[in-house]
Amino acid sequence: MSPIETAETAPEPASKIDLPAHLGGGGGEIPSFDITLRVRRFDPETSAESTWEDFAMTMYGTDRVLDALHKVKWEQDGSLSFRRSCAHGVCGSDAMRINGRNRLACKTLLKDLDTSKPITVEPIKGLPVEKDLIVDMEPFFQSYREIMPFLINTGHEPAKERLQSAEERERFDDTTKCILCAACTSSCPVFWTDGQYFGPAAIVNAHRFIFDSRDDAGDLRLEILNDKEGVWRCRTTFNCSEACPRGIQVTQAIAEVKQAILSRKI
Amino acid sequence: MQVHKYDVVIVGAGGAGMRAAIESGQRARTAVLTKLYPTRSHTGAAQGGMCAALANVEEDNWEWHTFDTVKGGDYLVDQDAAEVMAKEAIDAVLDLEKMGLPFNRTPEGRIDQRRFGGHTRDHGKAPVRRACYAADRTGHMILQTLYQNCVKHNVEFYNEYYALDLLTVEEDAVRPDGTAYKQKRVAGVVSYDLATGELHVFQAKSVVFATGGAGKVFKTTSNAHTLTGDGMGIAFRRGIPLEDMEFIQFHPTGLAGLGILLSEAARGEGAILRNSEGERFMERYAPTIKDLAPRDIVARSMANEVREGRGCGPNKDYVLLDLTHLEPAHIDAKLPDITEFARTYLGVEPYTEPVPVFPTAHYVMGGVPTNILGEVLQDNDTIVPGLYAAGEVACVSVHGSNRLGTNSLLDINVFGKRAGIAAAEYSQTAEFVDLPENPEADTVALLEHVRNSDGGEKVAAIRKELQDTMDANMQVFRTADTIERVLADLDAFEERYSRITVQDKGKRFNLDLLEAVELGFLLELARVMTVAALHRKESRGGHFREDFPDRDDANFMLHSMAYKDAAVTAERSAEHVAGIRLETKPVVFTRYEPMVRKY
Repeated sequence: MSPIETAETAPEPASKIDLPAHLGGGGGEIPSFDITLRVRRFDPETSAESTWEDFAMTMYGTDRVLDALHKVKWEQDGSLSFRRSCAHGVCGSDAMRINGRNRLACKTLLKDLDTSKPITVEPIKGLPVEKDLIVDMEPFFQSYREIMPFLINTGHEPAKERLQSAEERERFDDTTKCILCAACTSSCPVFWTDGQYFGPAAIVNAHRFIFDSRDDAGDLRLEILNDKEGVWRCRTTFNCSEACPRGIQVTQAIAEVKQAILSRKI
Repeated sequence: MQVHKYDVVIVGAGGAGMRAAIESGQRARTAVLTKLYPTRSHTGAAQGGMCAALANVEEDNWEWHTFDTVKGGDYLVDQDAAEVMAKEAIDAVLDLEKMGLPFNRTPEGRIDQRRFGGHTRDHGKAPVRRACYAADRTGHMILQTLYQNCVKHNVEFYNEYYALDLLTVEEDAVRPDGTAYKQKRVAGVVSYDLATGELHVFQAKSVVFATGGAGKVFKTTSNAHTLTGDGMGIAFRRGIPLEDMEFIQFHPTGLAGLGILLSEAARGEGAILRNSEGERFMERYAPTIKDLAPRDIVARSMANEVREGRGCGPNKDYVLLDLTHLEPAHIDAKLPDITEFARTYLGVEPYTEPVPVFPTAHYVMGGVPTNILGEVLQDNDTIVPGLYAAGEVACVSVHGSNRLGTNSLLDINVFGKRAGIAAAEYSQTAEFVDLPENPEADTVALLEHVRNSDGGEKVAAIRKELQDTMDANMQVFRTADTIERVLADLDAFEERYSRITVQDKGKRFNLDLLEAVELGFLLELARVMTVAALHRKESRGGHFREDFPDRDDANFMLHSMAYKDAAVTAERSAEHVAGIRLETKPVVFTRYEPMVRKY
């Protein structure tokens, strides 16, 4: 159907809903399960060493790792420290290593993890740990700022909007989804060993402008990423694509930037 | 303690704060304080769009937008402000496009537009396509674009700096009519650096509050954990009134049980609300625009369906959002994020299954009163020189008693820009106000009290009970009884709050301590909302009193203005609550006479 013909002009569309029992009022209990959360603790005010600490608790239904962390903080140990804000995967505050994989705590449902074993939670790697799950994000944002993450257009300003076809808009759609959570960059083995590497997130954000038909500074950004700490450090391990909570094809975006440097054709 | 000096200090780095910073940063020495990192702000969670009468896809004009905004707000909107917003909406959208915002496009390459609740053609004749959008990530794109432009303009951010106090001085002054009064002037802000636990005083000629809302007074909310009304609370404690705080918007389509927002854009694209009988019940409540009626009406209709036994689920406590008749490709193109939320958090596949939804606390229509320049008012007419507010923390009032969808993204852009320009320009002519002696003293006392109090009460427990009682008694339907219940609960919570124990005694990243401070703001604001709701013995927009179900223009076509006032000690039975003085402010009318609000 066309999106324009909805609502008042068209006859009411037939619903495909056949109400399942659990929605129509069939009853049902919310499942509960016992878990152990094994958290990497670090507080430089008390010790130079980090340690594991286990917390046991009962959780329910669709609870997420963030709910478990809150349960610890609010009921067991108020000193447990982690960042969070929106709690539904759009603000990028709570990237952490969960069972060895970078994920957002607010998007990881406990029932999707193996709850028979302790669930490990650690800070993301490659950035200095400040306290418990909180890392220093400044090096990450420094790389982001260096790729000139803003539209640069040298033409004269039109009175109304710049025109852009739907296809041109689609060209960089994937990389506009980035929430700067650092899950990709801190999953990259190259970044772990070489903190100078721009890292996937900065390249993703460069891609977002390099392939925007309205932007005139693609060459400049390609120059920056042609640096020895630029895209050529990428070893195509795909950790970043797997880690991205927004489903961005990060490795592909990096490959497209590499290709553009080689061909200098954007 | 460090003292910093800036021409302009902006508190908050969401859409309003960063829009202000882009303007102010190019005109004056500006600092932005934010309790998060800028890109974590909740503007990024907004989904559906930003309305402006661009008329890119069908006939439209800003006067229709003004009318819809006024009618949507049930005539409690200040019409001069609504006119400014609807008129400047067009440039606000074009500004964002020029800054790089990747809007969805029409086949001609123009900014595409879609339908949204309460936005109509020619004064209510039919829905109009007015919302400019980027899939269902419009807020994300706005936040990113504004941050990108702050980077471009080298805006100076203080990340994870919580504002905890507003520094003001009072001077004796005389009004033109000869009466004496105390004129407030702004001197700066006291801020807490989360990383170190150190206090920083920011002396400034202009201060812009852009701290967002206070949705966390409720349990079921689309708001972030960090939306604890800090700016409103700080201003209120410093004697600035709060306007229209009884008006809270409950967004109709929160994921049931979770409150996570599913954009009204879903209904804009054709989704339909159904009850347990599969009925499209909005036809009974709003025969003309049905599912695209304004949010207050849809939320009440949903709650009524549940109340009358036509809810769904094991507990019959939600209704269904049906997208199954839309093409999956269309859903993927226009509503990718919200359908993913349904899959991730409820395990529901929106292509084939209906999504359980129920109203979720979404937006505070009220806030710190300002005029159309963004200048904060200390009473009905007197501005506080150098103090500005914009966005959800402010009440201009463009939303009246019910905000239309998309108008908040518009509000932050239009009034954020205005406040940024005004703050910078004021700072170019004004002198610094001397800091009060020991400017940090009150904040030190507050923190010491919270840190050292040792009564064993848990912050999280009090907060949960506060949120529970607000959900149960101050939500879509209210009566004097339910409101009184909250007031009684609040007395108990505040007594317990005086006996809290914070476990974390450290300096670094002590979020335990800050959550306790935030709870103080939540309790304060819940009381203001509740007292204002008790006094408004009518039903208007987002405030529905079952004991007074009709709008009463003769007695209540007025903004409410709540002041913190220790001198008010009257008993609740006498309609007063200790510590709060309630006054009123006239509504500004320009061209629209109040009419019965039907859709």
